[in-house]
Amino acid sequence: MTAPIRFHVNDRPVALAVPPARRLTRALRDDLGLTGTKVGCDAGDCGACTVLVNGRQVCACLTPVAQVAGARVTTVEGLAANGALAPLQAAIQRFGAAQCGICTPGMLMAGASLLARNVRPSAAEVEDALGGVLCRCTGYRAIVQAVMHALDGAVAPADGLGPVGTALPRVDCHDKVTGREAFGADRAPADALWLRAVRSPHARARFALGSFGALHARYPGLARVLTAADVPGANSFGIYPHIKDQPVLAEGHVRFAGEAVVALVGDLATVEAIRDDELPIAWTVEPPVASVDEALAPGAALVHDGRADNVLARGRVARGNVDAAFAAAAHVVEMTVATGFVEHAYIEPEAGYARRVGNRIEVVACTQTPYMDRDEIARVVGLGPEAVRIVPTGTGGGFGGKLDISVQPLVAVAAWVLGRPVRCTYTRPESMASTTKRHPSRITARLAADGAGRITGFAFHGDFETGAYASWGPTVADRVPIHACGPYRMGAVRATSAAVYTNRTPAGAFRGFGVPQAALAHEALMDALAARLARDPLAFRLDHALRKGDVTATGQRLDHSAGLAACLEALREDWTRARADAQAFNGTGGAMRRGVGVGCMWYGIGNTSMSNPSTMRVGLSREGGLTLYSGALDVGQGSNTVMAQICAEALGVPVVALALVTGDTDRTADAGKTSASRQTFVSGKAAELAGRDLRARILRHANAGASALVEFGRGAVAVRDRGTARTIDLRRLETDINGDVFVGEGRFDPPTTRLDADGQGSPYATYAFAAQMAEVEVDRALGTVKVRRIVAAHDVGRAINPLLVEGQIHGGIAQGLGLALMEEFLPGRTTNLHDYLIPTFGDVPPIEVRLIEDPEPLGPFGAKGIGEPALIPTAPAILGAIEHATGVRPAAVPVLPHRLHALLRAAGKVR
Amino acid sequence: MASYERPTELDHALRLLAERSRVVLAGGTDHFPARVGTAVDEDVLDVSAIAGLRGIVATRDGWCIGATTTWTDVLEADLPAQFDGLRQAAREVGGVQVQNRGTLGGNLCNASPAADGIPALMALDAEVELRDAKGALRVPLDNFVLGNRRTARRPDQLVTAIHVPRLAEGTRTTFLKLGARRYLVISIVMVAATLEPGAGGTVGRARVAIGACSPVARRLGALEAVLAGRPMGPDLGAAAEALHLADLATIDDVRGSAAYRREAALILVRRALDRLAA
Ligand SMILES: Cc1cc2nc3c(=O)[nH]c(=O)nc-3n(C[C@H](O)[C@H](O)[C@H](O)COP(=O)(O)OP(=O)(O)OC[C@H]3O[C@@H](n4cnc5c(N)ncnc54)[C@H](O)[C@@H]3O)c2cc1C
Ligand code: FES
Ligand code: FES
Repeated sequence: MTAPIRFHVNDRPVALAVPPARRLTRALRDDLGLTGTKVGCDAGDCGACTVLVNGRQVCACLTPVAQVAGARVTTVEGLAANGALAPLQAAIQRFGAAQCGICTPGMLMAGASLLARNVRPSAAEVEDALGGVLCRCTGYRAIVQAVMHALDGAVAPADGLGPVGTALPRVDCHDKVTGREAFGADRAPADALWLRAVRSPHARARFALGSFGALHARYPGLARVLTAADVPGANSFGIYPHIKDQPVLAEGHVRFAGEAVVALVGDLATVEAIRDDELPIAWTVEPPVASVDEALAPGAALVHDGRADNVLARGRVARGNVDAAFAAAAHVVEMTVATGFVEHAYIEPEAGYARRVGNRIEVVACTQTPYMDRDEIARVVGLGPEAVRIVPTGTGGGFGGKLDISVQPLVAVAAWVLGRPVRCTYTRPESMASTTKRHPSRITARLAADGAGRITGFAFHGDFETGAYASWGPTVADRVPIHACGPYRMGAVRATSAAVYTNRTPAGAFRGFGVPQAALAHEALMDALAARLARDPLAFRLDHALRKGDVTATGQRLDHSAGLAACLEALREDWTRARADAQAFNGTGGAMRRGVGVGCMWYGIGNTSMSNPSTMRVGLSREGGLTLYSGALDVGQGSNTVMAQICAEALGVPVVALALVTGDTDRTADAGKTSASRQTFVSGKAAELAGRDLRARILRHANAGASALVEFGRGAVAVRDRGTARTIDLRRLETDINGDVFVGEGRFDPPTTRLDADGQGSPYATYAFAAQMAEVEVDRALGTVKVRRIVAAHDVGRAINPLLVEGQIHGGIAQGLGLALMEEFLPGRTTNLHDYLIPTFGDVPPIEVRLIEDPEPLGPFGAKGIGEPALIPTAPAILGAIEHATGVRPAAVPVLPHRLHALLRAAGKVR
Repeated sequence: MASYERPTELDHALRLLAERSRVVLAGGTDHFPARVGTAVDEDVLDVSAIAGLRGIVATRDGWCIGATTTWTDVLEADLPAQFDGLRQAAREVGGVQVQNRGTLGGNLCNASPAADGIPALMALDAEVELRDAKGALRVPLDNFVLGNRRTARRPDQLVTAIHVPRLAEGTRTTFLKLGARRYLVISIVMVAATLEPGAGGTVGRARVAIGACSPVARRLGALEAVLAGRPMGPDLGAAAEALHLADLATIDDVRGSAAYRREAALILVRRALDRLAA
């Protein structure tokens, strides 16, 4: 080994005797333990690894450690000198500019380098300086604000009271801005071995494994090569109890390129050095089922034996006589929509470790759903659920993609078999090639209207490509027909769907479960019919908006909280002005054209027609400390803060009084998964009930009436009831395993009913509604689209925390914009973050949020959900705006420049 | 076992290269992305510490840009207006993190069809200085880049500098890049253009180069010939026609179809010329 490389990190001298070509990211993280610097791609594309070298921002993943010899390196850990947050760190917190927090260290370092030169940067200067860092959660606007105003001067710190309805900065932000929060790849036992999966390069093939003796001889650092035969329990997993169709390690047969075949376990250098072609795998390649068309063709090869038509699931909603409606229609419009795979592109690739603790297995990994993970791991390792402990790490974005297991079964099996801790961190290309995507879709839909311009019928069919494995395919097949007609009164409805297997990347859950794809269709139809009738698109939607008392396509009466009309009204003034402005601008000629579009959506909160309870507990310790035990996982959306606000309100204490334990399946109760926009509504309600239950127990103990005042003190609780006062000495009470003397529990399962064969019933307890408008500018010569502004009106029932709600809306809009304009995952071709494009700082326009609060009586303090609703209307609004600008409505997304150009050319509208 | 050399003297570096073939590493911004998730056993020659290889100096007839000069160095250097186009290109290479480390030499040697530096420097008539242990030679940039990731560099040579001639007083240059998003974008098409003033408000010499359209960036000689002698004015771009781009072997890929690239390139050429001549 060469002489040690000496440099300064955060003003501390260090000397590292490591290979000089080692990436600085690895030197910082693995050799120096400074895991605040994150790795999202190792390729310069995400900027999560941004550090300062001699004051300049660089990607640590592109810097050989040799090149920082003699230099000063500053990482996020160096920002909060002496424990006090730097102004930019505080601003990130204050402006809600960190959600999951995985991009935050990179943002902070890029921001710090800017602020060192420029104390009052403009928005454009911030965008230029931070443009090399990607964020998938926030939509960037809050970050721009935070950097612009970081040095504005003294700001009063948040008071930490945070009653429901206040914009309390997130309670878990401190560790996100200091780099202290541990994400999946950040910690593992020192003696952990590394696991690397060897994946199929073929979309469909049979294979035979030879002996690994030679490999072991060549690589002494190789501890084990795991194959399907090593899986102790069932070698299969999947979301649905009756469809466990995906193997942990393939058994002689692969169904998509990227499927895990064997797992190498050993020291890091060894598993990285072994080339895939050194493995004794004899492939027999077969022609893949490469598309939905091929899958549905008569005589198609089967992706799964026993699925005779390659159809995984079908969905159907039918109400009224659709054929009669079309036969009698005065107007009929028809649309097709095509969408591709969309990648979640969370900045944190999947990572974690497992260790065997006696006869239990512990998995410490990023996830959206600890309790489902627990049950899957139990099956795969062949244990009871009680023998599995899931300890979620910080999760650097999920958006549905971390609802499926990834590294967890691999490391669990390896740790179980080898009796040693085993860790695994996916590379970016591996994450993209192997984990689930948004379902590609192709949709045909029709609308009928009578002579008075009233919609009388709606017909819809969508094929959704579920890829090689089921994952959440049945959910998509169920959810789509229910939402297909949009948030409108449509008369007779027939909507059907199919989830179709192919030999491509599995599609799973992604913010909206197929509804964003369906919304492209219903909104295109609404625009087309409005145009046919020469009606204003916004007014036409208002005419048909679902309102309180209306009955949905599944026959459910909306008795409460149906705020679509209020959302549309909230846009009306901007809409009228923006449409007029666009018209005036377009009158001036030239290649540029402006347009304004509107998109609406509705979204059922929680699982479809299925029980999906949450249980929450809040404990009071002997010392008088309150702890909320929350199984609801915060993957950036803010549930830690929201649960605490709700529970604190129910208890009548400030938020700061609550300590938080989240996710650990040994310490919390099952609060279901962080998906379907259900946490605020379902788990939030449970948190409210838990708070009320704790109070009730204390009152009972004190023999006090329901209106008594409870004051929590050190080691004691004072209860005042109509002049009498009682003090409970907590130190004299029995404690449970958590050290608590009182525990309140709340459970909530939103009321739904099963759907009949025609999809009739009440699939959800409540629905969110929204309308967004987008203003765009199209360059008709180049086919490029720039989104100039978005106004988003959302009926959230009640905004428990407006700062977090706005954050969700911004982030959803950014993803909707990506879906509309640039994101397209092509298996084997766009498997990194420079070929797969997500919006950057310069792509997300200013966003204005209008919150509509039409309270939902079932929800906590009237709240519903926002996570998925935020994304759904954006792409339709942008497409409507493109149509308004150019007269051309793209049927397929993403609307890449060359595609729009071809459409304009075909319509004779290129300038 | 892999070796890693980081000499401070150019002669030393060239001797090491004469010994055996080594992977040259400058800013690493192309090097590391090609090595994600794998440990590569290779001998590395790190040129980042070589004295005199970084920085821009004025010479008798122009400028000499050291091979390890970064994009940020270009942006911060005190250079005349003929470098406006190169500066615009520099600002568009990756994000600031990449501009701070990525070098011009690396950009040329990596020879990606989408390398922004190549058309920008072609439109300046740049020459590449290649050096081995025995001596140096200069090749015009057009002759240096041979294909997609192929150059005229032999394994025992380093690129040591890029030479840019001083163009006529009043020369204007520009660079336009088309991509599907705002930052961190690989070009679908980029155009670099240079107009040297001629007599009486006319175009003297024009240079127009197109990148990302074909495996190697190309100068549009036919168009340049047509432009010479035309009056400067805001509609100069109208002189550009599809036939001037006819012999581009246009790329067809996920970022853009070949037909689109041809049309977009023509639009960008016209806009670039209009802007320069206005
Ligand atoms: C996120 C990201 C975005 C990017 N965006 C752009 C972009 O928009 N436009 C663009 O053009 N490029 C872009 N790049 C590519 C890259 O940054 C540039 O090409 C950069 O200029 C390369 O310089 P380097 O010093 O980092 O090269 P290195 O990675 O160090 O080397 C690149 C290649 O050149 C060889 N080499 C380097 N220097 C010499 C020398 N002196 N003599 C001989 N051989 C040499 C190396 O062996 C290697 O093959 C991007 C890269 C990243 C990671
Ligand atoms: S990890 Fe360095 S840029 Fe993504
Ligand atoms: S907060 Fe930026 S990626 Fe999650």
